[in-house]
Amino acid sequence: MDLVQMQKSLQDYTKSLFLEGILDSQFLQLQQLQDESNPDFVSQVVTLFFQDSDRILNDLSLSLGQQVVDFKKVDPHVHQLKGSSSSIGAQRVKNACVVFRNFCEQQNVEACHRCLQQVKQEYYLVRNRLETLFKLEQQIVASGGMIPAVELGF
Amino acid sequence: MGRDGGVSCLRRAEMNMMSVGGIESTPAPAPAPAPAPAPAPLDLDEVHVLAVDDSLVDRIVIERLLRITSCKVTAVDSGWRALEFLGLDNDKASAQLDRLKVDLIITDYCMPGMTGYELLKKIKESSNFREVPVVIMSSENVLTRIDRCLEEGAQDFLLKPVKLADVKRLRSHLATKDVKLSNGNKRKLPEDSDSVIITPPSPSLTISTESSPPLTISPDSSDSSSSSSPPLSPVEMFSSSPIDNDEDDDVLTSSPEESPIRRQKMRSPGLD
Repeated sequence: MDLVQMQKSLQDYTKSLFLEGILDSQFLQLQQLQDESNPDFVSQVVTLFFQDSDRILNDLSLSLGQQVVDFKKVDPHVHQLKGSSSSIGAQRVKNACVVFRNFCEQQNVEACHRCLQQVKQEYYLVRNRLETLFKLEQQIVASGGMIPAVELGF
Repeated sequence: MGRDGGVSCLRRAEMNMMSVGGIESTPAPAPAPAPAPAPAPLDLDEVHVLAVDDSLVDRIVIERLLRITSCKVTAVDSGWRALEFLGLDNDKASAQLDRLKVDLIITDYCMPGMTGYELLKKIKESSNFREVPVVIMSSENVLTRIDRCLEEGAQDFLLKPVKLADVKRLRSHLATKDVKLSNGNKRKLPEDSDSVIITPPSPSLTISTESSPPLTISPDSSDSSSSSSPPLSPVEMFSSSPIDNDEDDDVLTSSPEESPIRRQKMRSPGLD
């Protein structure tokens, strides 16, 4: 695949993530913060988000798996995940966290279990998509090309 | 390293990946060179911001947002560390004359241990830092929370996720503290565009708001208790449009020795 094709693929791929609501405009904000002095800013922040989220999801699984669920422990984790996903533009993860928090408030254990599954699903999805996106970017850069700016008319 | 200067905060963060504590940014805070009675000329590239957020991701983002708008940043992960950094963590009176130069404190509201609100209160209680503007960030748009923070003296309240436009706005207000009143008046009360701004003869580097004498002399001669004419709330004052920020940039590049009155006249009413 030549450079122009790769760049077009990347643009189309990125657009699809927005159209599917997997990413929102906050991701564009992050891209604005990337420049020659910080060329890997987005992937670095996103990587931190992945590491953070892995830890939180683990903690959530443990907390919800207890005989008696301590919602005072569960809620802050969900709040944290909601915050970080919002900060990088992972819209569906964030929305799933909002729902999750509502059920935490109601102390509905069953529903919270379902919410955790939903959050995990959305998280793995965005993780998978973003990893693909970064790979596409790397291929372009490796071929000596530039990452095209995304124009979405937001 | 481009215009950031110093080690990328991200590399540090990667090294400290699993650790939650500590101060992450460079450069390390240096005390002001001397207790100068005559203030140094305004150096717009040396605005120093203390950012407080327990979320690593958010800290990295806010730090980058601030650096990209030419601020020096110290990012800490808790209210306690912020107080520690400011030297407010113990009760002994600080005899240091070489104070830390902090031009803005921006803090998350929801943090374990000490909330941003509690941090705000402590800062406002301190003699050294009560005049430093404090901005609160929160992912929750709760009016009572916002009101509480503003009442306690917060300069602004940002809804997360924080955007570049939000930070640019904050940044422009930091630099145009002397003329912000004219901006505010012009934006909200066009009929006050003739008001004359008189600032104290030696402009200080830190923002002096409520504790300084009234800065606006408007036709109605209101002595404003806050630093703006009555109808303007602090939130309104800082809700400038991007266009206004560009105008502020024009003012930023003018010489700091220029008389504020001349600055006022430069901004013809038609610019709005």
